Amino acid sequence: MSLRSKDLLGLQDLTAEEIGLILDTAASMKEVLQREIKKVPALRGKLVVTLFYEPSTRTRTSFELAAKCLGADTVSIATATSSVAKGESLKDTARTLAAMGVDAVVIRHSAAGAPAILARTIKASVLNGGDGMHEHPTQALLDMFTIKEKLGGFRGLKVAILGDILHSRVARSNIWGLTKLGAEVRVVGPATLMPPEIERLGVKVYHRAEEALEDVDVINVLRIQRERQKMGLFPSLREYTRLYQLTPARLKLAKPEALVLHPGPMNRGIEISSEVADGLQSCVNEQVTNGVAVRMALLYLLIGGGSREALD
Amino acid sequence: MKLLIKGGRIVDPLQNLEGEYDVLVDDGKVAALERNIKPGAGVEVIDVPGCIVAPGFIDMHVHLREPGLEHKETIATGTRAAAAGGFVAVAAMPNTEPVADNASVITYIKEKAAREGAVRVYPIGAITKGSKGEELSEIADLAEAGAVALSDDGRPVMNAEIMRRALEYAGMFNLPVIAHCEDLNLSAGGVMNEGFISTILGLRGIPAGAEEVMVARDLILAAMTKGKLHLAHISTAGSVQLLQQAKERGIKVTAEVTPHHLCLTEEEVVGYNTNAKVNPPLRTRRDCDALGSALAGELIEVIASDHAPHAAEEKDVEFDFAPFGMVGLETAVPLVVTFLIRPGLLTWKQAVAAWSSNPARILNVPGGSLAPGSTADITIINPAEEREVDVRRFYSLGKNSPLQGRKLYGWPAATIVGGRIIMREGEVLV
Repeated sequence: MSLRSKDLLGLQDLTAEEIGLILDTAASMKEVLQREIKKVPALRGKLVVTLFYEPSTRTRTSFELAAKCLGADTVSIATATSSVAKGESLKDTARTLAAMGVDAVVIRHSAAGAPAILARTIKASVLNGGDGMHEHPTQALLDMFTIKEKLGGFRGLKVAILGDILHSRVARSNIWGLTKLGAEVRVVGPATLMPPEIERLGVKVYHRAEEALEDVDVINVLRIQRERQKMGLFPSLREYTRLYQLTPARLKLAKPEALVLHPGPMNRGIEISSEVADGLQSCVNEQVTNGVAVRMALLYLLIGGGSREALD
Repeated sequence: MKLLIKGGRIVDPLQNLEGEYDVLVDDGKVAALERNIKPGAGVEVIDVPGCIVAPGFIDMHVHLREPGLEHKETIATGTRAAAAGGFVAVAAMPNTEPVADNASVITYIKEKAAREGAVRVYPIGAITKGSKGEELSEIADLAEAGAVALSDDGRPVMNAEIMRRALEYAGMFNLPVIAHCEDLNLSAGGVMNEGFISTILGLRGIPAGAEEVMVARDLILAAMTKGKLHLAHISTAGSVQLLQQAKERGIKVTAEVTPHHLCLTEEEVVGYNTNAKVNPPLRTRRDCDALGSALAGELIEVIASDHAPHAAEEKDVEFDFAPFGMVGLETAVPLVVTFLIRPGLLTWKQAVAAWSSNPARILNVPGGSLAPGSTADITIINPAEEREVDVRRFYSLGKNSPLQGRKLYGWPAATIVGGRIIMREGEVLV
């Protein structure tokens, strides 16, 4: 079995089987990462470019490490501007990269749909590293990998996603992926940070954290950006914190062994208390390790051209 | 020169006339409208069996982009697109560079149109200087120079006090004020309709309320001032409801709807199709249905294209960065025929009124009738002609249409301006 598309644009486009394949492949990759020599030659001679129109250290580093562990060469392009008025258009940049013979491009962009434009323009594989409020599929896949590793599967699990759902591409990708694999997803946050008609994606909407967290298996805490307050979406960080911070008391409402995830970087003391972030149930550091494994799996499946057996 | 249009079906809403009549044109005027006119010597005959023969269509909402934005469209190309689309006249929106907020720009447009235009061009002046919504333009000057209406189209007049004064002042010159209804605080950087699709695509939404709040405000101001308010491109079921209530209360208001808001939904945006990015945004099927019923119920009087051409490279970017607007002149008629007339939701008489007599009345310009003695501005449509939209064949410089490749019925067969055939079978002859 392999992936149907040359690109990974979002979890909306993947079947449950494809997600399963990615997670299984990631498990093999994690095993590679635990070896003394963290490198296999599966992508030797391949060129992976990271094209970031938005600042990011963790996603980009994770992709670069993933590519290097598979023996690929990497080049990173950071473009500070998102203005079309100055500089080259996205399509022209894409054509330039294509002419240089790249095999895969990882793109992060503030505009939703930018990876789709890239994917339509070039033959190389395009991996979405986060586009606007649309999707962040590799983050969701690493969240799912972490859940599966710890809890064994998804069917019947209750997963709460807590925070700024409106602006969150992580939330959207998680919703697509988790609901496809049979989990029950709850989204919780202030009414002003809920996307319109989100319930049509098969999730339950909550505004009270206490209600939403009751009896859940996983809590995925989203980062809250300070500028949202200035946009008038909630009165103050103080009030946000009071209503939605994941505190030890709120965590107790969940199942005893419930997992705490956070895509990072964390605002300690805002959306998550330090106690919870550093607590036994927190998977934050493991998520980072799993991120490399999942991205290795994706690069391998998209441009490695082979089956899983070739890893050995 | 004499011209005889034979065998067509006349639809003339002003005379309340529908049926098989021939039209004899002499010296730029309709000379006779009778059954079976015999062609005399030296009369050019065009046979149009099965075709609709209507008073010339007027598109009262078009962006010709000249002066200043000639890379998007010019008066020469935009008026040829109009001719190809069956229009004998267009009203040109003032958001050019510079903005048509003074007599000299209006005069420039009129002179340029007289020299290079294929159809009649009626300039619209800006309500406020620079369309900034702050100070009134010199409206008397605009009226004297030949502006037929006022609009800051593309932007709302956010300050209600300025809008009130505009309606009062423009009323002295009997100029309609064409309102672009959008509360900029509510639309807040949105790029498509707010709803489930915007949630999935991760695009910022423009709620229906951003339009409706301003429609309500402007209706109240119209009642207050007795000004002549015309609502541009209304797009939501809620706006239709507000319009209905206002008319029941006797408020003087008219409204237009675009073919794309009547026929297309927000689904067009899926795949981040920037050619479907328009303002107001494409809404839901429910909104399309409400707009169609309002048009058929003659609550909305006008169909106008909001033809908004852009250069290919301006649209070929990330969805967020693309400008709003789609071209419409060359697809307006077949779109409405295909989606509304053929399915029986709108009669030919209603459509013809919405494209000819109603805009003529609102703008106070000639047209809208084929009665003997009237200027021979005539639109002929072949309701049975089926063709795929091909943007490469557009006369407009703008190819930004989401309809590329779509099969539509009811293409314009001829456009006649002042007795002269300027378009025949899709080919512009001037």
